[in-house]
Amino acid sequence: MAKSGARRVERPAPEKNNGPGAVQAKTSIGDKSRSYWAHHRSSFISACSRLLGAPVQTLMTSLVVAIALALPATLYIALNNVQQLGDSWDANPKISAYLNPRAKEEAIQEFIEKLRGYNEINDVEYLSADDALRDFQLRSGFGETLSELDENPLPPTLILSPTKAASDPDTLKRLGDRMLQEALIDDVSLDMEWVRRLREIMILGKKIVIALAALLSLGVLLAVGNTIRLAIENRKDEIIVAKLVGGTDGFVRRPFLYTGLWYGLFGGLLAAVIVGLGYMSINQSVQRLADLYNSGFRLQALGIEGNLTLIGLATLIGLLGAWLAVSRHLSQIEPR
Amino acid sequence: MINFSTVSKRYESGQEALGGISFDIDAGELVFLTGHSGAGKSTLMKLIMLMERPTTGQVLVGGRNLSRIRKSQIPYHRRQVGVVFQNHQLLFDRSVFENVALPLQIAGYQSREVGRRVRAALDKVGLLEKEKHNPITLSGGEQQRVGIARAVVNKPPVLLADEPTGNLDPELSAEIMNLFAQFNAVGVTVMIASHDIDLITRLDYRVLTLHKGQIIHDGFLPKGDQHG
Ligand SMILES: Nc1ncnc2c1ncn2[C@@H]1O[C@H](COP(=O)(O)OP(=O)(O)OP(=O)(O)O)[C@@H](O)[C@H]1O
Ligand SMILES: [Mg+2]
Repeated sequence: MAKSGARRVERPAPEKNNGPGAVQAKTSIGDKSRSYWAHHRSSFISACSRLLGAPVQTLMTSLVVAIALALPATLYIALNNVQQLGDSWDANPKISAYLNPRAKEEAIQEFIEKLRGYNEINDVEYLSADDALRDFQLRSGFGETLSELDENPLPPTLILSPTKAASDPDTLKRLGDRMLQEALIDDVSLDMEWVRRLREIMILGKKIVIALAALLSLGVLLAVGNTIRLAIENRKDEIIVAKLVGGTDGFVRRPFLYTGLWYGLFGGLLAAVIVGLGYMSINQSVQRLADLYNSGFRLQALGIEGNLTLIGLATLIGLLGAWLAVSRHLSQIEPR
Repeated sequence: MINFSTVSKRYESGQEALGGISFDIDAGELVFLTGHSGAGKSTLMKLIMLMERPTTGQVLVGGRNLSRIRKSQIPYHRRQVGVVFQNHQLLFDRSVFENVALPLQIAGYQSREVGRRVRAALDKVGLLEKEKHNPITLSGGEQQRVGIARAVVNKPPVLLADEPTGNLDPELSAEIMNLFAQFNAVGVTVMIASHDIDLITRLDYRVLTLHKGQIIHDGFLPKGDQHG
């Protein structure tokens, strides 16, 4: 039935080396893996040049990524700075120790000397009952009323400044408890309730930043995913031809994954720039303000590590968004 | 090389495209596939390409049972079958060279080897001097030849062509057919679906004629027979 002479099982190779038999031409394993990496490299580069070839579209998508990530990054910086501010106040806490009103002056002076010998205590300031009253009258504006009292209701007070090492909340609390044991001391107040409250607020703030970052990352994921979906739609012909001539899913997927990666990277870089510009625009004012208050406070920037983390996360999210789009849409495109 | 045994194909629409056909094509044969529009020619070729799966029956290519090929293995099967399909043509965002190079890059050839093979294929179809052109600037016949170069560039043992001369004038059609004959002469198994009975009759190769999904003729056409 077959045309005579056509029954050649083996096909004479048109070219002598590499001549394949009736079966597929083989390439060596080494060649394969080298060209596998070559395709990674060329997909990586051509995805980038494709994006640069459509600058408006690229800028728009990258900006979406950038803005969505710059927001939580800025909040994160703000939070860190508030914490730094809190820590710097936290560094000079005080303990007010209210003495027994009937304590003798000599006993008090003796006690002050003893306290000065404590490792944890840096300085002791003594306010006698009269000092305390005067101080209170000055500050409260109840001057008249108070002077009508026949007895001074205020106890003599010692203001203890702990050393730096004893300034953390736990040590301070322990020091306060120890002071309560002293016979001369009736009551103690730790000047740090607000520090503890600030800490609580910081913890809450961090949770909010994380939640916001997660939410916005999800937005970025969807935005990149949608852009990649459009790219897939635009390059449908190419995908079909590639599948028709034996392109594996990995081969077809690769350029799109790299496209997502580039969007993420560009967006991350842009976000770093946006955050950096924001920092620069308020840094001087903050510095002037701090100087006015005689504070050594300096606004903290994101730093190299923070910036790298931001860019790295952005890149990862871009890649993930592309992966989502690719796994949803690529398998639907088949040659028909 | 290509064996169909009682292969039927019913599309999801309910349309029966092939109704239990059997035939064998040996390695190194050139076979024309003809029949009216809707007879099932394209469907038959899609089964060989694993673009569709048969409803019943078995298809073997190179002794391999296609029903045993998993989805993830389909690309490797397709690298053994070169195709010239009219509707899956060239990519106009890249040069002729890059179009032809695609199957080689996919198969993982080194770039030096790619260049050598692409030029060899383009030379064979007479388009070596157009390698840097965008295919959109080429004539229909030239585009078709680029498609053929792409189909044969990684030297597949089997070559399928679905209406490769569809809208070409008789002279160009004869040229294209001559190209296929040349590939067949070096041992490639070739199957060409075509309506062009004049041409087929003149060329004197084995002809499979489909009618409503059935093979109604298998063999050589008597010279001058105008029936499809
Ligand atoms: N994807 C599909 N879904 C449903 N029906 C289909 C599909 N493809 C083809 N058909 C039907 O199957 C039958 C055979 O179609 P096929 O394309 O194989 O014919 P053909 O011989 O190639 O025709 P032509 O010469 O017009 O290209 C036709 O009736 C067609 O309508
Ligand atoms: Mg058809």
